[in-house]
Amino acid sequence: MRRAVGAGLVAAAYLAGTAAAQDVARYAVEGDAIAQPLTGEPGDAQRGRAIVANRQLGLCLLCHRAPVPEERFGATAPDLAGVGARYSVAQLRLRVVDPRRANPASFMPAFHSAHNPPRIGGAWAGKPILQAQQVEDVVAYLATLR
Amino acid sequence: MDRRPGLQPGRAPPAAGDVKRFAASWIAALLLGCAAPAAQDTRRSGFDEMGASTQAMQRDDAGSPAMLWVQEGEQLWRAAPASSRSCAGCHGEPSALRGVAARYPAWDEPLRRPVNLGTRINLCRERHGASAPGPPNTEGLLSLEALVGLQSRGQPIAPPQDDRLLPHRARGEALYRQRIGQLELSCAQCHDERAGGRLGAALIPQGHATGYPLYRLEWQALGSLGRRLRNCMTGVRAEPVAYGSEEMAQLELYPAARAMGMAVETPAVRP
Ligand code: HEC
Ligand code: HEC
Ligand code: HEC
Repeated sequence: MRRAVGAGLVAAAYLAGTAAAQDVARYAVEGDAIAQPLTGEPGDAQRGRAIVANRQLGLCLLCHRAPVPEERFGATAPDLAGVGARYSVAQLRLRVVDPRRANPASFMPAFHSAHNPPRIGGAWAGKPILQAQQVEDVVAYLATLR
Repeated sequence: MDRRPGLQPGRAPPAAGDVKRFAASWIAALLLGCAAPAAQDTRRSGFDEMGASTQAMQRDDAGSPAMLWVQEGEQLWRAAPASSRSCAGCHGEPSALRGVAARYPAWDEPLRRPVNLGTRINLCRERHGASAPGPPNTEGLLSLEALVGLQSRGQPIAPPQDDRLLPHRARGEALYRQRIGQLELSCAQCHDERAGGRLGAALIPQGHATGYPLYRLEWQALGSLGRRLRNCMTGVRAEPVAYGSEEMAQLELYPAARAMGMAVETPAVRP
């Protein structure tokens, strides 16, 4: 697998995950990537595809096109086709966990972030959009899109 | 194509005989300084983004489902239980309120805060014993709002020049620009930065509140601007502003300023 960032490029390692959001895994951001998986269980690409295709769960197709012919999709974000060839697994993980660490102006939500945004609705307060294992599953699926 | 507000024959066409009113609105827009022929107005109403059949539905009052609510509003306008007075009893014909909807939200002195049109109508019930129906967003209130809104159709949206509104409008704008909810998206990110893009099947409009209350095909009903804003907020999994609240009036003030000079389309139709 392609290395995400050279060792010399390792920016300040950052630990997310506080007592406030127990559901959020601890992870370290290095450069524009998260090298370590969030969980001990390897991601499952099949499950990941189902999450991406699910409008309520993954939400991805609200904004992205993707090679998921059975679903309708939005068009405000890059096509996910080929994304596994453009990015390493570690880079994909950061882009799902918290894309604003790669691009502060990103329009894409952080799917696994510990911070509670302003006005978050009661039902969602303190919870990440996707659980750690779901993130790993989605990343495993994205890596197959070459 | 001519994109000056109030001058688009294709949009929310004025009824025949309304030409004078139309011309007046054009002059008003000029005075407000937002229709200078040199400056190209790039604002687009949600109407401009709709398919031809939905546009036709809005244009044709005889076939527009929104007009059912207006008819209901006309009945309520005249209805008065023994204990109270009808709207007509104080205001006369609905046309007496021409131009009113175009300048709401407006300041209410007793409450010392801005109120939107729905709240204003409810105040007539509370203060003047009028026979308006229950809580915000009930069918009866929507019907009266649609009737009052229709009286301003074709007129330019004209927020009041009222200094007391300024801090409230600023708070509305701050909320408009704040990233909120679990998805951490702001109104501005969708409606200023991504207008024209698609979220799922929905085209993201510029978000001009020109036609409320309006009939949404997805709702199969007439709905208020408040309902629209709450939908946008719950869409990003945020705590929505409460109907009739000060915060709602503040959040409505900013879009009204953004849409200044654009023509009122009430009651519009949207997908
Ligand atoms: C609300 C819109 C939105 C949603 C929902 C969304 N994304 Fe994105 N995504 C974007 C945008 C816009 C970009 C482009 C870069 C940016 O703005 O950060 C992007 C970029 C990406 C990238 C980098 C692609 C590239 O070619 O640079 C990946 C990978 C990605 N998204 C995956 C996902 C996955 C997986 C999901 C769902 C779990 C998802 N996105 C949900 C808007 C979204
Ligand atoms: C994630 C994107 C998104 C965000 C954030 C968002 N909106 Fe919207 N908004 C939409 C879409 C899409 C529509 C079109 C309705 C539809 O077809 O679902 C819309 C419709 C509207 C309309 C109606 C326009 C018309 O033609 O009738 C207004 C007004 C509006 N939004 C204002 C706001 C305000 C104010 C906020 C912040 C509180 C906001 N929106 C947040 C996506 C968004
Ligand atoms: C007993 C008299 C009375 C009745 C009944 C009444 N109103 Fe009013 N209305 C007023 C007065 C007086 C005002 C001016 C503001 C004030 O003093 O509250 C007003 C103001 C308004 C305004 C705002 C006008 C502006 O220029 O800003 C609207 C809209 C309105 N009324 C609608 C209605 C509707 C709809 C009904 C019936 C449900 C109704 N009113 C019933 C007396 C009445």
